[in-house]
Amino acid sequence: MHALIFIKQVPDASQVRVNYETGTLIREGVPAILNPFEAHAVEEAVRLREKIGGKVSVLTMGPPQATDALKECLSMGADNAYLLSDRVFAGSDTLATSYALYEGARKIIELEGDVDLFFAGKQAIDGDTAQTGPGIATRFGIPLITYLIKLDEVNIDKKYAIATRLTEFGQETVKTPLPAFFTVEETLNELSYAPLPWLIKAAQTEIKRLSSENVELDRNQCGLKHSPTKVKKAFTPEKRQRGETLKGTCNDLAKQASEILLPFVK
Amino acid sequence: MSNKLRYDVIVVGAGPAGLAAATVLAKSGVKVIVIERGRFPGAKNVMGGVFYTDCMKGIVDEFPGKAPVERHVIEERMWLLDDNSHVGITHKNEMFNKEPHNCYTVFRAKLDKWFAGEAEKAGALIINNTVVLEPIVENNKVIGVKTDRPQGDIYANVVIAADGVNSLLSKSLGLRKELKSKDVAIAAKEVIGLNEDIINERFNVKGSEGVTIEITGSFFPGETMGFIYTNKKSVSLGVGMILEDVINSKMNANDLLESMKQHPSIAPLIAGGQTKEFLVHLIPEGGYKEMPKLVMDGFMVVGDAAMMVNSIHREGSNLAITSGRYAAETYLEAAKINDFSENVLKKYIHKLNNSFVIKDLKKYKNLPDLLQKDKRLLQKYPRLLNQAAFELLTVNGIPKKEKEKMIWKTAKKEIGISNMIKDLIKIWRSVK
Repeated sequence: MHALIFIKQVPDASQVRVNYETGTLIREGVPAILNPFEAHAVEEAVRLREKIGGKVSVLTMGPPQATDALKECLSMGADNAYLLSDRVFAGSDTLATSYALYEGARKIIELEGDVDLFFAGKQAIDGDTAQTGPGIATRFGIPLITYLIKLDEVNIDKKYAIATRLTEFGQETVKTPLPAFFTVEETLNELSYAPLPWLIKAAQTEIKRLSSENVELDRNQCGLKHSPTKVKKAFTPEKRQRGETLKGTCNDLAKQASEILLPFVK
Repeated sequence: MSNKLRYDVIVVGAGPAGLAAATVLAKSGVKVIVIERGRFPGAKNVMGGVFYTDCMKGIVDEFPGKAPVERHVIEERMWLLDDNSHVGITHKNEMFNKEPHNCYTVFRAKLDKWFAGEAEKAGALIINNTVVLEPIVENNKVIGVKTDRPQGDIYANVVIAADGVNSLLSKSLGLRKELKSKDVAIAAKEVIGLNEDIINERFNVKGSEGVTIEITGSFFPGETMGFIYTNKKSVSLGVGMILEDVINSKMNANDLLESMKQHPSIAPLIAGGQTKEFLVHLIPEGGYKEMPKLVMDGFMVVGDAAMMVNSIHREGSNLAITSGRYAAETYLEAAKINDFSENVLKKYIHKLNNSFVIKDLKKYKNLPDLLQKDKRLLQKYPRLLNQAAFELLTVNGIPKKEKEKMIWKTAKKEIGISNMIKDLIKIWRSVK
């Protein structure tokens, strides 16, 4: 079994604040983390490897700092980590990103062998678009199973998998030929605490570099220039007002609160 | 089991002491693993923020080099703070502009991460996100540590405990007693973001020059110390309160920090700034007398874990780094004869004794007790000095002679001549 997970390093969205004066995001001092959905994808692939053997590769496109996220995947048990980094990718939208990652993945297949299962998070917590994963699947022309919540069965010999995904109306369990592409939900599994030997192995594993030097790229599909997404308008969400604070003794408070709330009950 | 995790040395804690030990060991080809509980080295580490250059000699090739430092300090101020005033002395020296710079203001989250990178380059293995639970002991000899990870036991010839102020390792081995509330300070620090030009203007510096202000006195309860350090684009402001003072004054460090920010001598320095970070940490301030036993078979204690802080001179990380280096050098000597017993590792203590680390700690060994017992020193004197300065500098038709008399009268009433002489002798004795 060979699983390839596309991961993204994202700013910890829970710590990003808005500067309401300028309408911009305050990114300074916000730690970069592994997109949480992808942590679960790595976990699932590693569990699968522990069960049926094989290997787990991870790939990200990003600046050199993104190695931190790759290292985290390695210490969760991934075997190989690839960083696709090049100036030609600067300013890529989801279309251009999915192209770059597709080419990066093809290179990994060349180096590491065929991939049976591709994974990505259902979306990244910074952009929330949920487009890059499907974009890669489409380029490979393979089945795409989004919102994966359970990988019921994987059969590498017979090249199929049975998977349960979340839909708007409930869940559905599907059977798919392999290779297939899965984008995963956080509820897919619970992250486990990796054994120490894995962390040691991870610390000793070198991150492999991919760029336009060793990956064949069609430059007409890379970077800002070939990203058709245009931001038409951006707005700052209205600042949430602080609620009214009531003060007084317990009885006072009860009285005041009931006066405010009663009209809504009637 | 043959697939035991085995290293030459296990360093517990990736702070300055541990990283210094690991770097020196790795450079000599020793197989060393560093276990850090934080997400990365520095993630959980805090200090006021002054880092001395000299201690890095023989550990990294150049410092600061590419290390993330903020400003080099060219001016040091000392303030005795009263409720609405301060009396201070200042030393600013062009010599401090000469390289190598004496010291820098730093952020530990960045500096320790950089230092860990240097240790890794030297060949040390650094494992984050992992907590060491206890030492593994066999026949009274430390032979490894147990971590909280599955398959997490590691074995080594020597374990170096650089696990900080609370050093669970040395405690569980019975080398130290429980920390007493008089021997540990809680430090609260705020990083206040300000424009670079504004900092330069307010502190009268240019470029990467920086200023430190050390503050004590009657504004604070007990023997609390405060500080203000300039960073590139921010000012670090903090207080260190001995826990005993927290208990007695019923004030906690962050409330005190808040009121310090309102003080008329301080508020203008940070006006208009945005709080960017708030950090809290413990500082071991017991001094020489409270140091734990430093070695046992297969085990050495370094840095904060060994109470190596000279609070009078706000030195700690340099003591930590030096102790880490000595522990590493001691290991190298022990490895030559393949004997890691206490008897051989004792050389570590000799090295410390012959260095500024223990000599300085010994010099001030009585001071913590003195300052604790004699509340006058940091309370009444600073207040009197502030009052005296105000008296003497206020022109109101009263002759200076009379003013002096008044000041003396207050001093005699508040403290008493014999007490003053006693205090002088006591101070002299405890720092000589």
